[in-house]
Amino acid sequence: MSHNAFITEAEIEGADDGPLDGRSVAVKDNISTEGVRTTCGSAMLEDYVPPYDATVVSRLKEAGATIVGKTNMDEFGMGTTTETSAFGPTKNPVDEDRVPGGSSGGSAAAVANGEADLALGTDTGGSIRCPAAFTGTVGIKPTYGLVSRYGLVAYANSLEQIGPIAPNVGEAASLLSIIAGPDEHDGTTREEGKDVEYADAVDGDVEGMTVGVPTELVEGSDEVVRERFEAGLDELREQGAEVVEVELPSVEYAVAAYYVIAMSEASSNLARFDGVRYGNSGGFDGDWNETFSEARSEGFGDEVLRRILLGTFALSEGYHDKYYKQAQEARAWVKQDFDRAFETADVLATPTMPVLPPKLGESLEDPLQMYLIDANTVPVNLANLPAISVPVGDSDDQPVGFQVIGPAFGEKAIIRAGSALE
Amino acid sequence: MTTEPVDADDVERVADLARVELTDEDVAAFTEQFQEILEYFDALEDVPDVDSEPELVNVMREDEVRESLSQEAALQNATDSEDGRFKGPRVS
Repeated sequence: MSHNAFITEAEIEGADDGPLDGRSVAVKDNISTEGVRTTCGSAMLEDYVPPYDATVVSRLKEAGATIVGKTNMDEFGMGTTTETSAFGPTKNPVDEDRVPGGSSGGSAAAVANGEADLALGTDTGGSIRCPAAFTGTVGIKPTYGLVSRYGLVAYANSLEQIGPIAPNVGEAASLLSIIAGPDEHDGTTREEGKDVEYADAVDGDVEGMTVGVPTELVEGSDEVVRERFEAGLDELREQGAEVVEVELPSVEYAVAAYYVIAMSEASSNLARFDGVRYGNSGGFDGDWNETFSEARSEGFGDEVLRRILLGTFALSEGYHDKYYKQAQEARAWVKQDFDRAFETADVLATPTMPVLPPKLGESLEDPLQMYLIDANTVPVNLANLPAISVPVGDSDDQPVGFQVIGPAFGEKAIIRAGSALE
Repeated sequence: MTTEPVDADDVERVADLARVELTDEDVAAFTEQFQEILEYFDALEDVPDVDSEPELVNVMREDEVRESLSQEAALQNATDSEDGRFKGPRVS
């Protein structure tokens, strides 16, 4: 039953007691674990062993968790299917001919097939919510700044957050409480997540809650997905929620803006991989430009190279204003759109993914098509907001995820709405 | 305004800036994909200027000496080191 969910299996014991005593947690392989290799799914870091723990890993250990391994992922988080991993694709435990989603596909698969009770993923443009949706698990992308990124190998700093994947909303909420809260090692963390018991919101009480549905993000979804999404809305209505339509005209530009910003940040972040301090070495023949180029060409896969090159292009002389600056304008517009929507709605709801899980091998040939299936998840990262994906049954035997988006630091509202769907 | 066609020279120029070595086949494949992806990104030209005043708070702390990684730990992933320092290729 191996689904290639793990790149490295391990047994890292936590404290003797604590809220996660006796619980096994799988950790995505871009989160540093002292003494246990952390590859980011890349040949570049095949032998990299971090000398320190990420803050979230320290918190798991203090809470008594046993870390059972480092999970497979799209290389450096760049992908939506976990097929760009240098360690081979992860199979979807629900249907082994299909992808588990990505980029945190190994984390979601490990929870779905029972190899771990819980998991940590990271979400830059949907990388927790997509695999949760595709494997029938629950995933939370926290508000930017709720969870420390210290020890996370950076891909696009202004967008990414670490978050929980679990079999149900309650366990995801409890795990979020353990990892959330300020950290002196990450200047972008905030006080809001300190000592909050998110599981208190798992009461399913949506009586009087207003759920806004952005039509732009429903119309683009496949019919089989929409059926399940509408059924989820009906469940919320039956429990006393009011469903209203809202408009987010800016989201038409969200995928383009997201990819320009993410690629630009990636081109800068991944410049550090030159094979001198860590990572695949280009040797010592030739000058530094030659050996750095060799190290990088050998170590990075196609999708990573594509994003580094496009990001370099978008930031280069003559193109910066056209791409990067306009993408930042779009990002500000998306934020304003959400602010306006939250004047009339408590939370927003969309299908997490507009499609059912693709078959293995179907997505790699056409990068742009792969980017486009992120349409419903990337606006949330652009606006720094929290969102949860909760399963709402199957279509054609494949799981469908229901996304609930909240205002900044509105994790309790999305957890409450999510728990009403269970 | 639409994107000027992307040619192999563009891809090679960017690869050079990013310190990446590409084979001829890579260049050909990326040229075609970049054309398609950049055309999609061109839609951003229609985004209006947005007035936004993000709330920014200074989170700088006092600069004080603290414990950090040992030199040995910092060097443990390096291919080579000399006298407690990273060893890199020659610069020219």
